[in-house]
Amino acid sequence: MLKGRAFKFGDSISTDHIIPGRYAHLRSNPPELAKHVLEDADPAFAAKVKPGDFVVAGNNFGLGSSREHAALVIKMAGVSAVLAKSVARIFFRNAINLGLPVLICATDKINDGDELEIDLTAGIVRDTTNGSELEFNKIPAVMLAILNCGGLIPYIKKYGSFKLE
Amino acid sequence: MGKTLAEKILSQKAKSEAISGSIVIAPVDLVFVQDTTGPLTVRQFQSSGFARLANPTRSVLFIDHAAPSPNYGLSNDHKLLREFARQSGATVSEVGEGVCHQIVAESLAKPGDVIIGADSHTVTAGALGAFATGMGSTDVAIALALGETWLRVPESIKVVLSGNFPDGVYGKDLILYLIGQIGADGATYKALEFGGSSIGNMSMPARLTIANMVVEAGAKAGLFAADKITREYLTSQGRSNEYQPISADDDASYEKIININMAKLEPMVAKPHTVDNTAPVTELKGTKINQVVIGTCTNGRLDDLALAANILRGKKRHPRTRLIVAPASRQVMLDSIRAGYIQTLIEAEAVILPPGCGPCLGLHQGVLGSGEVCLSTSNRNFRGRMGSPEAFIYLASPATAAASALTGEITDPREVI
Repeated sequence: MLKGRAFKFGDSISTDHIIPGRYAHLRSNPPELAKHVLEDADPAFAAKVKPGDFVVAGNNFGLGSSREHAALVIKMAGVSAVLAKSVARIFFRNAINLGLPVLICATDKINDGDELEIDLTAGIVRDTTNGSELEFNKIPAVMLAILNCGGLIPYIKKYGSFKLE
Repeated sequence: MGKTLAEKILSQKAKSEAISGSIVIAPVDLVFVQDTTGPLTVRQFQSSGFARLANPTRSVLFIDHAAPSPNYGLSNDHKLLREFARQSGATVSEVGEGVCHQIVAESLAKPGDVIIGADSHTVTAGALGAFATGMGSTDVAIALALGETWLRVPESIKVVLSGNFPDGVYGKDLILYLIGQIGADGATYKALEFGGSSIGNMSMPARLTIANMVVEAGAKAGLFAADKITREYLTSQGRSNEYQPISADDDASYEKIININMAKLEPMVAKPHTVDNTAPVTELKGTKINQVVIGTCTNGRLDDLALAANILRGKKRHPRTRLIVAPASRQVMLDSIRAGYIQTLIEAEAVILPPGCGPCLGLHQGVLGSGEVCLSTSNRNFRGRMGSPEAFIYLASPATAAASALTGEITDPREVI
């Protein structure tokens, strides 16, 4: 069971909102890079977020660049899952590959600051602030297997290659 | 049931029936990174426990996004890539060689290939009939190690093109129009396959521009059949032996068909801060601009520089508007010099950058200040993309960009060509 507070964002949060190119020189220094997480969407986010909290967004979260650093800095901020109405393809793979759950669900009912409880196995998001309950889409099997290992590197270390069965 | 282009390429490669919606493990013909995604790829590769690259000669590390390096943090990243190449046998594409996607098109991609790059605009090589897609550093690290990757075979949307471009309208206008129609997530997880009666006459540079930007509609790939134009392009690059025809079956199944009559298109502009926020140039005439950028993997080819040079010949940029030109590769730079385009552009008071990504991602060579307005031929106009989060980026064709550099405001290129 994951528990934390929702930080609500809108539609079309791009990888440039999450970690813009002007910080490319910090990409080999993840702790410094992570201080700028989501800076262009909410400059105060990095200071406010606590381990276990959730990023909750609208449509097409993570569109744009392939930079895995976008998923990495969100994970390094202690965020335990990203919830969105839809998510861009490369960001989705990157987050799962780093062991960061991305849950597709109707996020409209969740407000900024709401307390959430997420049961990954049951596929349920509970908003304990307003009492609502949401189901999230099933994570595709191959991605779930990677997520359950904690990411693609531990997955490959365990299995040696991709196992579809 | 017939196959789409995506299904056909992936079925050939995976040696199984790769039907849309299924998951396949496909061998990869080319794996590459660039200098802002490569260092993390190297670290993930090293932590994966693999000692060797599956295919060193088809593993390429491009130094193009910050080339030459603007600061020592990035210089150290470049050192890391060169050191990894020395140990692993991977190829480095050095400072000055150009943008990864342009070099992949010129020298590396061929029809029927599966190509994985740690850069979202890897889709560009779809113009040559390759299934090319961007992934993150960890996926690419594992593709380097295993020589294969897992892919969900995408559903395809077919874009059927008819008619011919009117004067002043180009591939860039077509793809901006399409993205404006379907939205920035209109093709998420899907392939956009381009066909129709006009395709056989569409130049390779136009195809590359169109394929390059399909990711701005969320697409996993942007695919063109390999045909006479593809063969001519490969032959012009000394690679005629790498040509093989590949096309979708007539009875392939598409999720959606979008018809576009190219004769009805107008010059288009994407307004800040999303690529799908498009309008005809006529609606934006008079918007003052501080900087014009012509170049990048979208529009930094010889044809693009020729268009700009022809509009700017014998004239000068507007005194209020800086003009920055970045040829996409060394070959483009040399060809443009031989054709006289570089001299023409310099006489028009353009700044010529070395081949590379230039100011497209806000790292160097033309970073925007707060409140500044830029018109660029690149592919993204997100807030903060080219520098200050308070800057404004408009996207358009090289012709619109050159015309606007002359007047200092967004200008319809049909008024000057």
